[in-house]
Amino acid sequence: MSLDREARERLVRALAQAVIAHADELTSLDSAIGDGDHGLNMKRGFDAVLAALPSLADKALPEMLKAIGTTLVMKVGGASGPLVGTFFMELGKALPEVPARADLAAATDKAVTAVKARGRSDAGQKTLLDVLVPVQTLLMEGGDAGAIAAEASRAADRTIPMLAIRGRASFLGERSIGHMDPGARSAALLIGAAVATLVSEAKS
Amino acid sequence: MSSSNSGNVGIVIVSHSPKIAEGAADMVRQMVGNAVPLAWTGGDLDGGLGTNVAGILEAIEGAWSPAGVAILVDLGGAETNSEMAVEMLPEDRRARVVVCNAPVVEGAVIAATESSGGSPLAAVKRSAEEFYA
Repeated sequence: MSLDREARERLVRALAQAVIAHADELTSLDSAIGDGDHGLNMKRGFDAVLAALPSLADKALPEMLKAIGTTLVMKVGGASGPLVGTFFMELGKALPEVPARADLAAATDKAVTAVKARGRSDAGQKTLLDVLVPVQTLLMEGGDAGAIAAEASRAADRTIPMLAIRGRASFLGERSIGHMDPGARSAALLIGAAVATLVSEAKS
Repeated sequence: MSSSNSGNVGIVIVSHSPKIAEGAADMVRQMVGNAVPLAWTGGDLDGGLGTNVAGILEAIEGAWSPAGVAILVDLGGAETNSEMAVEMLPEDRRARVVVCNAPVVEGAVIAATESSGGSPLAAVKRSAEEFYA
């Protein structure tokens, strides 16, 4: 998978727009079971990422991903900044400039492991890991792009009946049941946007 | 937001609310005066409730001591952002900064009191963490 400069810019714009267009929805989800700032925080981070374009896309893919991660860490705030930022930073550290499918799977595995360590959490606690872990499993098993995007969306839906064990929502105990986790939703949006862009680049 | 005038362990207070962070710092000062380097940070980059890594890095710098720095935090994001900030420090400083698992106000006062007697970083952290253990 080779992404030229223009393709990298399209990828970054797609990721940012997916989050920014859904900022109100993310905040609404977070208002139900958290402190109601997830949409605003993520939008602040991805606005800063967009502001770094077009020069951000001059960087090779690994360096670009690391720079996105650092920007998100510094700008998003909340627990999401370090968690989502760590994912991008570790992905950048682990990917070669022109990754093959196996490289992407291996790098994603490292990035998901780093998010688990950063949050001292794992799948099953109603967090973004409930999207990242099943998506990573499917990636390792060779699932195609459409299946991965669909799984990301379904995995976010599966957080609705879950009891929150980590994060602010855990303070609500059983009242956290019945609401989608906002971090799972934003992770699914990012994965959906990434897959859609990569599929369209592969066709072009 | 900071002052530093001794070789004792520095104290950093991180709250989602700048008012809580500043108020806790006032309580620390009342107890230990200027015997302990102290800094606080709170709020997100837009001035709302939250925490941010840049503010935490600045506070660590403001309370820096060769004896190290103990960070007291309130809720989840404050802890996660503080741990992220510690990892972003230069390597020679990283091992000398700890995040305490203690209530932010009480922990800050207890940690600062321990520090004001010249205790090392590990003892400062332990005193804050043992109070409610």
